Amino acid sequence: MTLRLDALGQRYGDHLVLHGIDLTVPDGQLLCVVGPSGCGKSTLLRTVAGLQPASEGTVTVDGTPVTGVPDQLAVVFQDYGRSLFPWLTVRDNVALPLRRRGLARAERRAEAERILERVGLDGAGCRHPWQLSGGMQQRVAIARALVCRPSLLLMDEPFGSLDAQTREDLEDLLLEVHRTDGATIVFVTHDIDESVYVGDRVVVLSPGPGSRVVLDLPVQLPGKRDQIGTRGLPEFVELRAEVGRAVRGAQGYPTG
Amino acid sequence: MSEGQKDSRAPDDARTPTPARSALSSHRPDRSAPSATSARDAHPSHLLLRLLVLLLALAAWQLAADAHGSVYFPPPSRIAHRAYELWFSGPVRHLFLTSAAFEDVLPSLGRMAAGFGIAALGGIAAGVVVGRSRWAYAVCNPVLQFARAVPPPALVPVLVVVLDFGTPMQITSIAFSAVWPVLINTAEGVRNTDPLRIDVAAVLRLGPLERLRFLLLPSALPRIFAGLRLSLSLSLILMVFSELLPGTADGIGFTLTDAQSRSDLLTVWAALLLLGVLGHLLNTALLAVERRLIGRGRTTP
Repeated sequence: MTLRLDALGQRYGDHLVLHGIDLTVPDGQLLCVVGPSGCGKSTLLRTVAGLQPASEGTVTVDGTPVTGVPDQLAVVFQDYGRSLFPWLTVRDNVALPLRRRGLARAERRAEAERILERVGLDGAGCRHPWQLSGGMQQRVAIARALVCRPSLLLMDEPFGSLDAQTREDLEDLLLEVHRTDGATIVFVTHDIDESVYVGDRVVVLSPGPGSRVVLDLPVQLPGKRDQIGTRGLPEFVELRAEVGRAVRGAQGYPTG
Repeated sequence: MSEGQKDSRAPDDARTPTPARSALSSHRPDRSAPSATSARDAHPSHLLLRLLVLLLALAAWQLAADAHGSVYFPPPSRIAHRAYELWFSGPVRHLFLTSAAFEDVLPSLGRMAAGFGIAALGGIAAGVVVGRSRWAYAVCNPVLQFARAVPPPALVPVLVVVLDFGTPMQITSIAFSAVWPVLINTAEGVRNTDPLRIDVAAVLRLGPLERLRFLLLPSALPRIFAGLRLSLSLSLILMVFSELLPGTADGIGFTLTDAQSRSDLLTVWAALLLLGVLGHLLNTALLAVERRLIGRGRTTP
């Protein structure tokens, strides 16, 4: 699914959050959006998700302007504790989006179990989200997003509140999902390392008000990515430095 | 290169406070899991202590009443015996209930169940409608607060004029008094649904009924039950009050006035005892339902 932002702007009353964002995400690309906190990354995602109409410019998905939540779209939010429904079991949480597809109950459950197994949560279906660790809860949220086989997946700092080890595991899970499903993914993060590690392309936003794109960088890294090897590659270090410079520069710090 | 190293530390520092926040948010459901009701009163030594206080109070009452010897304040042993004679000395196949028990208690309970049922269903339905819309809430809130502030028994004389004496009037007064706490609490609960979860429901494209069933009602449930508990005690009050009026031929309230007119103070006290026990049992039943529905660990707003 191709996502296109044309001169996108977003304002709350007099406060300009985003301004003049032009961005085309080709089908199957994993785009990372990096920027200092408060620069409007989440606002950008909410606009693409159709949760909030754009104040300026347009968002189109495969040529169709976004007016409500687009079909084939899924979102993973940062705060898994709030985004999952605590009164439903893990399996029912994951099966919830399947209701609108008119599947029978048994089919919905089987599909949910299948996707849970894929994110490494086989056997956790009958438990409740709050009985699981943070990393496992975010896996549940990812499973819920994947269960309808989205062709556009938006992720709003999904691993931002997890510990380092869990975060690395989930980054690899995301890469695996992206390799096999080939969905277009927009991944918002404030972690520069993470953006270079998971992204096919990294876009840096300037701090608000009126954030715009200050760096648009393709990420080409040799070989299959892995946590130790890839992060040690000279290309990786180079790219990370470039993104870092853009973020710092955008924040107005001396770049040395 | 060293610069790249330095740069990457910025987000690392920014990351440090987040685990703490995540720990907080993931513990929130756990902490409120025993939420409204459960573990608090389960401790065995508390149970014993409570039984002891109850027995002491009864003993004091018994001794004081015996010492005073007044016909107006009979000792609890005689009140209990009268209650037994009146309602609980029936045949085994009627669960020891006498026919008087069926005549006095069942009509009362039936009217109360009808009134409370109407209030609960109507209150929840209207509460969802009012709580869903910011506009409806803002517009209706003053009226609702006013309706709640009117002491419910004061409405009964009005209803007597409109509906005349009898069961419809009694059920209406119960329902009309008990509906406000459920309505207001449901509206409040629905209104306080986590906005992130509303976004989630939108992204999952849940239909209006699914949204109600999987998001709004479960998330408002603790508030709904808070309202139901208030409504239940109001229902009991209005049940008795509406039976105290002339034109009633059965019910516990009628037993009360009837016994009073015959100066049968022992029966009056027995009816009071029965009402207390009944109120306690109904409240316990409601708590059990609440615990069953909400006990499975969940966030309260």
